[in-house]
Amino acid sequence: MSGSATITPLATFRNDSPYPFCPGCGHGVILNRLNEALVQLDLDPHEVVLVSDIGCSGLSDQYFATNAFHGLHGRSVTYACGIKLARPELTVVVIMGDGGTGIGGTHLLNAARRNIGVTVLVFNNFNFGMTGGQHSTTTPLAAVTSTTLAGNLERPLDICGTLAVNGAGFAYRGTSFDKHLSERIAEGIRSPGFAILDIWELCTAYYAPSNQLTGKALFGMLEELGLPVGVVGRNDVEDYGDAFRRAHPVVGKRAVPGLEPLEPGFEASLDKRFELAVAGSAGEKVRSAVRLAARAGILSGLRATQRDDYPITVQSGHSLSELILSPVPFAYSGMRKPDALLVLSEDGLKKAQGYLDAMGAEDRVFAIPGLRPQTRASLTIVDPRQAAVRVTRHNRSLVALAAMLSELDLFQFAALEAAAGLLAPAYRAACLEAILAGRALGAIDQ
Amino acid sequence: MREFTDGSTAIVRGALDAGCDFFAGYPITPASPILMMMMRELPPRGGIAIQGEDEIASIGMCIGAVMGGARAMTATSGPGISLYSENIGLAIMGEVPLVIVDVQRLGPATGGATTVGQGDVQFVRWATGGGYPIIALAPSSVPECYQLTLEAFRLAERFRCPVFLMTDKELNMTATTVDLEDYERARLGAGVGREKEPERSAEEPFEPYRYDPPEAVPPLVPYGDEHIVRFTGSTHDQRAFITKDPETVGRLNRHLRAKIDDNLEEIESVTADLEPGAETLWLSFGSTAGAMREAVGEARAKGRKVSALTVQSLWPVPENSIRAALETVSRIVVAELNHGQYRREIERLVASREWGCTVEGLHRVDGELIAPEQFLERLS
Repeated sequence: MSGSATITPLATFRNDSPYPFCPGCGHGVILNRLNEALVQLDLDPHEVVLVSDIGCSGLSDQYFATNAFHGLHGRSVTYACGIKLARPELTVVVIMGDGGTGIGGTHLLNAARRNIGVTVLVFNNFNFGMTGGQHSTTTPLAAVTSTTLAGNLERPLDICGTLAVNGAGFAYRGTSFDKHLSERIAEGIRSPGFAILDIWELCTAYYAPSNQLTGKALFGMLEELGLPVGVVGRNDVEDYGDAFRRAHPVVGKRAVPGLEPLEPGFEASLDKRFELAVAGSAGEKVRSAVRLAARAGILSGLRATQRDDYPITVQSGHSLSELILSPVPFAYSGMRKPDALLVLSEDGLKKAQGYLDAMGAEDRVFAIPGLRPQTRASLTIVDPRQAAVRVTRHNRSLVALAAMLSELDLFQFAALEAAAGLLAPAYRAACLEAILAGRALGAIDQ
Repeated sequence: MREFTDGSTAIVRGALDAGCDFFAGYPITPASPILMMMMRELPPRGGIAIQGEDEIASIGMCIGAVMGGARAMTATSGPGISLYSENIGLAIMGEVPLVIVDVQRLGPATGGATTVGQGDVQFVRWATGGGYPIIALAPSSVPECYQLTLEAFRLAERFRCPVFLMTDKELNMTATTVDLEDYERARLGAGVGREKEPERSAEEPFEPYRYDPPEAVPPLVPYGDEHIVRFTGSTHDQRAFITKDPETVGRLNRHLRAKIDDNLEEIESVTADLEPGAETLWLSFGSTAGAMREAVGEARAKGRKVSALTVQSLWPVPENSIRAALETVSRIVVAELNHGQYRREIERLVASREWGCTVEGLHRVDGELIAPEQFLERLS
């Protein structure tokens, strides 16, 4: 077919295949109403996608001359949402059984809550007809199915009510016998946002004979359950895709994400791999301080890696940051034993004990006063409280690290200033102040 | 010029340069940085990024979006791959190009959320029912994260199948120094254009699938264009109507295997560093291969001979390249952060050789990396 020149209105969206459903089954009736709705809406079949779930109703898409997606059980709504988000101009209709409302309940709820503009038709016959008449989320109390032999003990799910109360744009409950079903389906498709139509019908293979359910009794059941019928929910909503595109205007040119080029221009005195760790507490900017040092190393022509370790609670417990510097490229970012370790808190001390045990006389440990780390490494005390700057938990790590780096002399201190100079304006001045105060801080060898 | 960055960032850049315009994912360490970056980067470029209510919805939305014409990617870790499982099967059966990033962490179950592991190697290969092949690529450096993301999109389009990008916590969350020129080199040879479906006459019904010859793969035609497109996860004929006809089903399933396994030479990717006279071959992938390459330098500096093979295309197993490397040595050490999952594949290849060759494993499952000295210990 060479063109999308198909002219609507079509007389039908059905193809030539006859339905395969059992005599008396409501599926074919509902599909005829869907066909009428598509005709009423005067749509191009190229722009309609029928997304079918699993079960007898999952066969439905094969009897239509539209686009079709037949996926996995309960997931039909997720595929429909993906299609609609990617192609907002398409009309996306989901056909699922009541079984799908159980296994795919969370998808229904969340698509309704988000109001993604798809229309979901639930072919609700209160049981799993394809697999042998087992009970589903909508099976009425006391109903007999192949898995509720003593009568169903589970309260049936009010699909429409649940989705409507959570914001679905359109919610309708009715039966396959409804005179105006095709108009209601068309209304659901036309309404912006998410539309749900819970359509009750007979499964003549299992549920109806086991529970003496007839068409007439179906209406009695609705009454008995006290569930409203017709359009039971309407929320004035915007389609999620429209809202998304409105909230995110397209920007002509975007920078390469995260790209902050560093041009080496400073001298480094380091002639071999050097492993440095900072052990402090979460929330004290340990990682940002080490990141600044890493970038200073790169500005000095060194290679750097930074690996962070912190508990899942993020703002409490330890924060350990490992920095490896080397004059030559390297790929192994694991830390064997720090050549230098900065301990900033009791949390950090506990976390770094393994490193302290492994370190030898040639290694250097820096610590703030009062921590008393047990180690064979030579110990130096740095006291940020003595710094010529107001020290808070936001700059303490950086002040102490700057003092340590000025002691260690791995690269020119000017590189650290240059790295701070590359920070966003909001942080730049404070960081520069902190590192200069750190350098001026006297370190006391123990 | 250099930069200080990580694998997550490189993967996002690769996806954007490959034309990715749809991302759906669910938060999970260590894959969350990709989700957050895609949320920031895609919408202003006209794409869609969405956080699903769970992993199942996330991959489901990606599959739907691809059928709507998008180029989609999702990212998770081992526990998320578990939830992707059924939809991986759907993507295989429905022939959906989709890039799935698996940032591996130490398993099983919740395992070590911020701890490195490489335990999903066999899992992604056999992640779903039926036993059909997928493609999996494993970058071993940050520039390779960028390069193999481009390649993953190309292969996904070319073979219409899920392509896994297997990384790990170390590669994705450890910042490292990168020469910007390395990205330029990585970009060479990367092309991700989608072929256009050939014109057909009006009499010929459109067929979204093709099984003849078995290894052929027609380009994907999305909804909303000139054809009425059908898609199904059930066994189907070439027009995507459900069938149980043994002849058709057999052809379909042979096609799903052959299109990947019989096009191996198009997928194979390894970096071989073979030294004449070396008796030992170290073989690794991902972040472990970084330590291996460092160990090679140290060994040779000491005058020791050793060969090394970094495998970038884990699945299908690059048998031609691996066999060629095996021919040169009498001993192979396979290094990986699991109990020996890829070693099984090497043992399988070695078993088909006519002379003896030993295969050993070098493993860590304690959340630590394999260090270069552990390789050197295995040299004698």
